[in-house]
Amino acid sequence: MSSNKPPEAPSAATENLKPGSQIIVDTLIELGVDTIFGYPGGVVLPLFDKLYDAPINFIIPRHEQGGCHMADAYARASSKVGVIIVTSGPGACNLTTGLATAMMDSVPIVAMTGQVRTELIGNDAFQEADTTGITRPVTKHNVIVKDVKELARTIREAFLIASTGRPGPVLIDIPLDVSVARCPHTQSEQTKLPGYRIRTQGHPRQIALAAKAINESDRPVLYVGGGVITANASNELRELAEKAHMPVTTTLLGLGCFDQSKPESLDMLGMHGAAYANYAVQECDLLIAVGARFDDRVTGKLKTFAPNAKIVHIDIDPASISKNVRVDIPVVGDAKLILTELVKQVAHGERTPWFTKISNWKAKFPLRYDSAGGLKPQYVVEELSRQTEGKAIITTGVGQNQMWAAQFYQYSRPRQFISSGGLGTMGFGLPAAIGAQVARPDETVIAIDGDCSFNMTLTELSTAVQYNLPIKVCILNNGYMGMVRQWQELFYNKRYSKSFLKNPDFAVLARAFGAEGIRVDKKSDVPKAVKQMLECKGPCVADFRIEREENVWPMVAAGKSLDEMDGLDIFERLA
Amino acid sequence: MKHIISALVENKPGVLAHVAGMFAARAFNIDSLVVGRTEDPKLSRMTIVVIGDDRILEQVRKQLAKIISVVKVQDFANQQVVARDLMLISVSAPPEKRPEILALIEMFRAKVVDLGTKFVTIEVSGPERKIEAFIDACRPYGIKNLARTGTIAMSRHTKAEA
Repeated sequence: MSSNKPPEAPSAATENLKPGSQIIVDTLIELGVDTIFGYPGGVVLPLFDKLYDAPINFIIPRHEQGGCHMADAYARASSKVGVIIVTSGPGACNLTTGLATAMMDSVPIVAMTGQVRTELIGNDAFQEADTTGITRPVTKHNVIVKDVKELARTIREAFLIASTGRPGPVLIDIPLDVSVARCPHTQSEQTKLPGYRIRTQGHPRQIALAAKAINESDRPVLYVGGGVITANASNELRELAEKAHMPVTTTLLGLGCFDQSKPESLDMLGMHGAAYANYAVQECDLLIAVGARFDDRVTGKLKTFAPNAKIVHIDIDPASISKNVRVDIPVVGDAKLILTELVKQVAHGERTPWFTKISNWKAKFPLRYDSAGGLKPQYVVEELSRQTEGKAIITTGVGQNQMWAAQFYQYSRPRQFISSGGLGTMGFGLPAAIGAQVARPDETVIAIDGDCSFNMTLTELSTAVQYNLPIKVCILNNGYMGMVRQWQELFYNKRYSKSFLKNPDFAVLARAFGAEGIRVDKKSDVPKAVKQMLECKGPCVADFRIEREENVWPMVAAGKSLDEMDGLDIFERLA
Repeated sequence: MKHIISALVENKPGVLAHVAGMFAARAFNIDSLVVGRTEDPKLSRMTIVVIGDDRILEQVRKQLAKIISVVKVQDFANQQVVARDLMLISVSAPPEKRPEILALIEMFRAKVVDLGTKFVTIEVSGPERKIEAFIDACRPYGIKNLARTGTIAMSRHTKAEA
């Protein structure tokens, strides 16, 4: 021992030393976290021991992927950060689909993974995986903490990064020895992120240019996405659309940010968007994109997308601007702040010829389906919309079920529609419903799912039962991977290669889990079944045996222009 | 077209993987990438030579800047820069060829850094085309080994202050 070592610290300071696991829990509580999703395992046992008496609502999924989707939907429904804690190796690996889903849709999640002891890293230890390596491309940021003194600050930084700018998932990997090592816990340490700067205020000159373009436009269209919901800017969007009198079309993830009952609403655009939305985009002279990223499912063939339009792009992520489409007036910043400024600067315009044209399209090509014949999925969704008065939170699987849920439910408020848009993750619907119900215990939460999507994560039904979460699952069951089958019908000569599954009897299965189960075979039974489902106090699965080869229309085939829609003849036939 | 991009990054583990991973994931082409510490121990500088058109380069810059541990990104396109590569090259040098090789070294303002019975190792630095020219000039003698750093660069003060 060296002679100049300082004397032993006084006992008060020694008592102030906390193990990493306690620092994690205390920091999460300090950050306002009251709900965590997660699954225990070897290297996170110290942390789970501290969670034993923490004032936290802890939800255990049946699989880490399900847990990650729950945290994701919890975040989307509540605008808070979703938190998930899992163990090393397989626990961390199982998160990847959930993280990628959240990354593509810009959802704030903080994921914490256990890691093997620091000295074992790289030795192929039991349940070791290179978690930061595996998750780097599917997170906004990730970091491994190797010193307990950096733990609290890293967690605070993770929340800041996850929830600001263009949000996204952040992963913190914590070796076992770091969670048992002790250090003093300081509450007010500054974050150290020299490379993280977010521009929130839009440039005044760019905003003025955008306002001028709007005021000079005869045929403007607002094309808005999930960014408007993330920015909590729906009111500002409504004010802008009303004041300047502009039609609004939303992306899939933008559904709900503009009330679909408003006369300015053009509903959803894109591959399975409303014909009038797609026509309006193709004919507009000014396209104002807000919090949307010109995804290929939205634009169709890029070369002919909105060919006559000047393009304004409002987005907090500079990298989104001019990535796919050349933008004339970029405005980087927070949608709420920018729209507030824009509202002040735009003038009212009647634009009567433009709205007349749009009304004609709406009259000629409404979203509709052939209701003759058997049990139609669109009818089920319409009935759900009617009986819930368009007020439920809807989550979806991916494929036809997702498109029908988008087309035939009437959305009116943000955070009401929760779906895996970018990644297109089948199996998202059920765990997402659970996460949304945890965030919004008093609301009706319905998963509109497909049979194959539901099959992927149905084990989470037992999570819903364990926590008595009264989610409703409506399976639009056609016994096919419906969208795959639709493409095979249209583009592969009806060769239905590997696109059907032998399903269990979902109603019986639901009962085995301890949920309610309803099976619906006839069209005439739909209203009664929906009512019964909605009145059910606990979780309930309704299995709608829909017409097997119903297709989603209209459809812009891959590589076609937005106004080259197939399936419009249905509208003419029904007219 | 080749662009030289300079990124100031946090000197932390994982940063290089983050940057390299982003380039791979977004299918950007890296010609060379050099990392080294700066005068500030908390920061490193990455000099990346990228091939692509203006549109790709705009994305490269933006995607780089988006990485949390990247502090600052600078594109040297349309700027006067000093750009240098460093190379060590080991060339077959039997006694009868040595005068020629030494003359070559003189001409390129290169340096002998190691001399064996059969081979000479030469250090040469300069703009990329000088390095390439030196390699070509050495080829007839037989190149045993070659290592290059890739480009590092800095904007010229004369221009910057103007």
